[in-house]
Amino acid sequence: MILQTLFFYLFAAVTVASAFMVISSRNPVHSVLFLILAFFNSAGLFLLLGAEFLAMILVVVYVGAVAVLFLFVVMMLDVDFAELRHGALQYLPIGGLIGLILLIELVMVLGAWVIAPDVSATPAAPIPPMGETSNVAALGQLLYTRYVYFFQAAGMVLLVAMVGAIVLTLRHKEGVKRQDISQQVARTPEQSIEVRKVPSRKGI
Amino acid sequence: MAVGLAHYLTVAAILFTLGVFGIFLNRRNVIVILMAIELILLAVNLNFIAFSAFLGDLVGQVFALFVLTVAAAEAAIGLAILVVFFRNRGSIAVQDINTMKG
Repeated sequence: MILQTLFFYLFAAVTVASAFMVISSRNPVHSVLFLILAFFNSAGLFLLLGAEFLAMILVVVYVGAVAVLFLFVVMMLDVDFAELRHGALQYLPIGGLIGLILLIELVMVLGAWVIAPDVSATPAAPIPPMGETSNVAALGQLLYTRYVYFFQAAGMVLLVAMVGAIVLTLRHKEGVKRQDISQQVARTPEQSIEVRKVPSRKGI
Repeated sequence: MAVGLAHYLTVAAILFTLGVFGIFLNRRNVIVILMAIELILLAVNLNFIAFSAFLGDLVGQVFALFVLTVAAAEAAIGLAILVVFFRNRGSIAVQDINTMKG
């Protein structure tokens, strides 16, 4: 129990510190790297909460795909980021004010808020005990039965995002030779073969 | 002192606030704004999973999975739009994104 508390504070502190570095770092590459650190430590928090599958998904999807995508884009764009930072402090007061108000609101919600006592008595899908079924199996049994339509909708969202990203970023350069299948198929011998009568001993 | 639901909610609240603060602090850099949005979605996921664990209900984890999906799609589309915008205008500063005069 003491170990769990220790690890909670470790993960929480590193997550919050690296989240702060994400928004305050001067170099966007450092921002992305701190974002990766924040994701790893929140995966640790998820593990402490018993959501093993989501912790692994967070590492695989966020660190492996999303953060690397960010890294690619940051390094691909030839932007003077120091120039972008210029004048950032002018938004500090209003941003700090709004952040402070939001934090106070959240703390007030947390302070005056009680869970109804009969809520945990009637869960929609109770978590099976750890030794009986693993988290992955329990999640799969729920996801592929009761939430299968939502699962399919999530797949459609990803498909649309993938097609959209490809369509947005694809560009055809001028002057690059490409294969045009229909043009190849439509060729006839009359268009492509020329028969010449070669006079003997003269050549063409 | 045992770690309770309030501890996790506090961490998520701080993460959420940092995300919102980051959007205001980096008004010029779209990439950092997208990263701040990722932080906000991470905070929401942490809330979902904390409630799921402490109320003993698995549905919260299912919903967190969907939030993760939407976040991944949003990052992909956002970065694609950013790349196209940079190709056309040669800049990613937020105040340059005013062609539509919305």
